[in-house]
Amino acid sequence: MESLGVLLTYPMDSYLEEELGKRCELFRLWENPPEKRGEFLRANAASIRAVVGNTAVGADAETIDALPALEIVASFSVGLDKVDLAKCRERGIRVTNTPDVLTDDVADLAIGLAIATMRLIRAADRYVRSGAWKAKGDYKLSSKFSGKAVGIIGLGRIGLAIAKRAEAFGCPISYFSRSEKPQTSYRYYSSVVDLAANCHVLIVACALTEETHHIVDREVIDALGPNGVLVNIGRGPHVDEPELVSALLEGRLGGAGLDVFELEPHVPEQLFGLENVVLVPHVGSSTWETCKAMADLVLGNLEAHVTNKPLLTPVL
Amino acid sequence: MESLGVLLTLPMNPYLEAELHRRCHLFRLWESPPARRKDFLRANAPSIRAVVGNAAVGADPETIDALPRLEIVASYSVGLDKVDLARCRERGIRVTYTPDVLTDDAADLAIGLSIATLRRLCEADRYVRAGSWKAKGDYKLTSRFSGKTVGILGLGRIGLSVAKRAEAFGCPICYHSRTKKPNVNYKYFPSVLELAGNCDVLIVACSLTEETRHIINHEVIKTLGPKGVLVNIGRGPHVDEPELISALVEGRLGAAALDVYEHEPDIPEELFRLENVVLTPHVGSATWETRKAMADLVLGNLEAHVLNKPLLTPFL
Repeated sequence: MESLGVLLTYPMDSYLEEELGKRCELFRLWENPPEKRGEFLRANAASIRAVVGNTAVGADAETIDALPALEIVASFSVGLDKVDLAKCRERGIRVTNTPDVLTDDVADLAIGLAIATMRLIRAADRYVRSGAWKAKGDYKLSSKFSGKAVGIIGLGRIGLAIAKRAEAFGCPISYFSRSEKPQTSYRYYSSVVDLAANCHVLIVACALTEETHHIVDREVIDALGPNGVLVNIGRGPHVDEPELVSALLEGRLGGAGLDVFELEPHVPEQLFGLENVVLVPHVGSSTWETCKAMADLVLGNLEAHVTNKPLLTPVL
Repeated sequence: MESLGVLLTLPMNPYLEAELHRRCHLFRLWESPPARRKDFLRANAPSIRAVVGNAAVGADPETIDALPRLEIVASYSVGLDKVDLARCRERGIRVTYTPDVLTDDAADLAIGLSIATLRRLCEADRYVRAGSWKAKGDYKLTSRFSGKTVGILGLGRIGLSVAKRAEAFGCPICYHSRTKKPNVNYKYFPSVLELAGNCDVLIVACSLTEETRHIINHEVIKTLGPKGVLVNIGRGPHVDEPELISALVEGRLGAAALDVYEHEPDIPEELFRLENVVLTPHVGSATWETRKAMADLVLGNLEAHVLNKPLLTPFL
């Protein structure tokens, strides 16, 4: 696909970048300072037929408008909140994402964050490394994870994978979703507040859309309560972050395991002093194995597109 | 049981201590300085009929010999490596422990530590709190947990619970045990060396005996290899600690998660500098829920003993 002009928005994966560089005509968006990006796009618009974006920089309205020859957006992510899908639909631009290959990693992280938060693993590790075990004695008691009620917002691929894992810990599972899923035996709640009031660990695993913006708000946080734990492996904007921060600082929420934030890479510094939170930098799918599989999916989709074959993982 | 003289070896649990003080005649071993302990025991020997110890200080030969009226050792632990069982057998002293109530917590920690290690959760959290996500960019790629082969050393209550959880992550399970377990679908290896050669994550979950001391030695560590992960939720002496540390420092072993150490709370400081280890201060059963259940089991066993009823959880 040497004649395919591909705009890569971000240095998201070195293997992917290398392959695109080898096999296509690669344009690296981030090499241009922000104020020169419009020019850069205009200068190369005639050649650019594909955009490869990720959760940081996708294909927004201005980018799409600047690229009249754009045929396909192949996202290095499963979430498409950074792709203007309406515009793509209008223009007949194909859109692919990377479902399935990252499901396990994200579900593993959700469970890992839940256990790390409730059992204070991160704080305990810090306690050991600071020499405090010798100096001050045993670390404090934490909370048991097994058997606690787990509530999942969004029962798609990732939500189901989380449920399957949590079940092995004897956790009763309940969920909120746009519609009830009759093929599962998990308990359905038609409101997120009710779900929060009836679970101990609330895990956000739905897509980010206009409807799910701030789906975890003050009311939901209050319902989850001082013993409740929030785990966010969705998107930062799913949660009202200032409300979350004050709830944690004031002890109105028991703890939180967060992989995503409203303004990445900015993480509210007031959280840095808390032992009952675990903060990781959007690493949901960041394993060697998964990133290679995601990259191969992006390359496979582009390859299928230029050879007029059915796309591997199309959304549009 | 007000006439029951109980020697408590350590301030292991405030609720347990308060109950023992209320209901029995309590002697607190740690209140006498080490140099005066023999005197303390001799002075109170006529009254002491029970010892309550834990994983740190149990009932060793000197203690048992100093207490001619000792009838029962009720351990606040499931591991009995700190109780001289041979002497108890000789003297007809009953021994109880706390199986089952802590199985889930120990298994949860094993899985939590496995994910935390492979996905570098503590390091990634440190990266965030140090401001590096903003200053240096995305965190590095790590390794996937799901689907990795999990090898369990010791397939007792805890080992089986670990296996059940790991299965939900699509991990093939194999194990080594003194004897092959008949009703189990997992692959058995007749030696720990073969187990190490056939798994990605090796989890120590057997009891500490003369035979299992340093069962994880240079050969086993070398066989587990530069991509292998060792998780120890058993006892520190299961592992040749200096060998482990040099293997980690030199990259001959990929990573390790340790909840136990040869000389707690003294931990070799070289471990503190490693990014491929997670260190917790013997918190395997350290949740509010489980420690209360363990305390109630100790109290229940002592109560049964004085009332001549069947002990709740006898080992001897």
